[in-house]
Amino acid sequence: MKPITIVTGKAAILDRVNVDTDQIIPKQFLKRIERTGFGQFLFYNWRYDEHGTEREDFELNQPQNKNASILIAGENFGCGSSREHAPWSLLDYGFSIIIAPSFADIFYQNCFKNGILPIKLNHEEVETLMAVCAGDQAITVDLPNQHVKSGTGFNAHFDIHPYWKELLVNGWDEISITLRYGPQIDAFEKASGI
Amino acid sequence: MGKSIIQKIWDSHQVVQEENKPDLLYIDLHYIHEVTSPQAFEGLRIKERSVRRPDRTFATMDHNVPTYNRYFIQDEIARNQLDALAKNCRDFGIRLADLNSEEQGIVHVIGPELGLTNPGMTIVCGDSHTSTHGAFGALAFGIGTSEVEHVLATQTLWQTKPKTLKLQINGTLQEGVTAKDVILYIISKFGVTFGTGYVIEYCGAVISSMSMEERMTICNMSIEGGARAGLVSPDETTISYLKGRKYVSAGIEFEKAANKWRSFASDDDAEYDKILEIEGADISPMVSWGTNPGMSSPVDEQIPVLESAVSPTDKKSLASALQYMGLSEGMDIEAIPVQHVFIGSCTNSRMEDLRAAAHWVKGRRVKEGVRALVVPGSQNVKKLAEAEGLDDIFRDAGFEWRDSGCSMCLSMNPDVVPPGEHCASTSNRNFEGRQGAGARTHLVSPVMAAAAAVYGRFVDIRKEEYSRVETVHS
Repeated sequence: MKPITIVTGKAAILDRVNVDTDQIIPKQFLKRIERTGFGQFLFYNWRYDEHGTEREDFELNQPQNKNASILIAGENFGCGSSREHAPWSLLDYGFSIIIAPSFADIFYQNCFKNGILPIKLNHEEVETLMAVCAGDQAITVDLPNQHVKSGTGFNAHFDIHPYWKELLVNGWDEISITLRYGPQIDAFEKASGI
Repeated sequence: MGKSIIQKIWDSHQVVQEENKPDLLYIDLHYIHEVTSPQAFEGLRIKERSVRRPDRTFATMDHNVPTYNRYFIQDEIARNQLDALAKNCRDFGIRLADLNSEEQGIVHVIGPELGLTNPGMTIVCGDSHTSTHGAFGALAFGIGTSEVEHVLATQTLWQTKPKTLKLQINGTLQEGVTAKDVILYIISKFGVTFGTGYVIEYCGAVISSMSMEERMTICNMSIEGGARAGLVSPDETTISYLKGRKYVSAGIEFEKAANKWRSFASDDDAEYDKILEIEGADISPMVSWGTNPGMSSPVDEQIPVLESAVSPTDKKSLASALQYMGLSEGMDIEAIPVQHVFIGSCTNSRMEDLRAAAHWVKGRRVKEGVRALVVPGSQNVKKLAEAEGLDDIFRDAGFEWRDSGCSMCLSMNPDVVPPGEHCASTSNRNFEGRQGAGARTHLVSPVMAAAAAVYGRFVDIRKEEYSRVETVHS
């Protein structure tokens, strides 16, 4: 997993609430048995019409939102299905940071396992940031210091559990960490008679 | 101070508790299926890791299996995914209910009916409707594929402790109002995020008097209210459901297990982070009209008008939902036309659901131009329903009777709703494109779906002859 520390980049704005994982990656693309190559299918039904042509009115198809590494969205981003194909497709498309007022619980967890940083800012901050970024302004996300800044003076602190932060900053594989607790897991099973 | 069931399960499953870390929780039971597991097994192979407890892992094929002519899978990618699951289960020694198995069915239907799901357990599956198993007093939640791999390798997960929410449903339900209406009412009243960050405990007179299948319908849709898990404290209804199930021990062992299960029930003086209360009598048969389950209303009401939105954001999402659904503000719910009916899914495909729908359609006909499907939740449900003659009732009325699977709940298999058409569905999600690109889903109870098939539109089941929904507990 690629570590995340300080990211400066362009932000795309998707000013919609309750964006569900069925929209992020529709079910017809869940049959692959690989983890890679999902970016081309991201937001497929919103991005393309029935002939496979880009829909001009979809936010991410508009020039100001292209080539962005940060996505700013409305509340309850990633609700619905637990499909990890959602973070896989966002990352493969180019987003390693997602900023929203709130995230669905399962999606939020899935991000950390894939080198995506989900940042919760309050409604006002997200609104201000959307206005800042609408002017094609690059922003900087600093994970070690937990803040989001822009050249125009926007500066917001964000909270993150220290454990998830450590995983992302170091790009660690969580399973190798847990396997070090093998003796404790053995002891738990023995004590529980399982 | 007493403890809630959530606290009791949490405390009894902590393997490691360290500062600045989530807790390492032991996972008692791990269900897997073909769609969210292949990349997890690939991860194990790359790192040369093994499955720690294949005996605590159970696999089935459900998401993309055809429900008609099931051994002839035309979709090559779907077939590859099923083959991959079979190979992974063989290679790692995991029990698999494949298409030939009489145990096969939707993972959240077979786990309970086989007696695998027990009170007090921690249960996970790479599927958000794992919350279904909470009906048994288990802490059950959906996980992503990386977590599937983590559980396969370690039988544990790092989890931050959730907040607790007690949701009490008082009184009794009106005739014709079902568990599905209760949960749709809850989500429409409190919104699609009221449960985010919480585990919900459902309780109160309405829940106590419900069967296990009804409780499963409620817990199933906890995730649609934002909660990863929702559960019900085990009681005698739970214990008697489990007695005699295939994977439940018998005799003195059962009595011992039952006593342990009872001990997980919440203490009377347990404390919660949040408490919500509703009255069962306030609930009507519900129909969703928008693009998330919170966008639901009583069948005898109208679609909200744009002016009723409390914020510009709400107004925007209401307008966009109505545009997608091809419906207008202020329209009567009963005037919404229906071209497709789907009775099935992990929410409503069990015996009581099929009985309620069959009881109502008996002697009636599906309206011309309406396509209606019944997809039993498991091959076992199918067998039991056929033994009761429910298949004949449905067929005689003009329904198609299928093999088990997730089917038209997410339409990964060939069961798809065409663009622009409306489907009365007993499933759990009415998201855009869920039942097919451009498909318009309306979430309802089985008996409301059955009535929609006959009328070609929604009707208030309370006003219909034979409206009484008899719950014949299995």
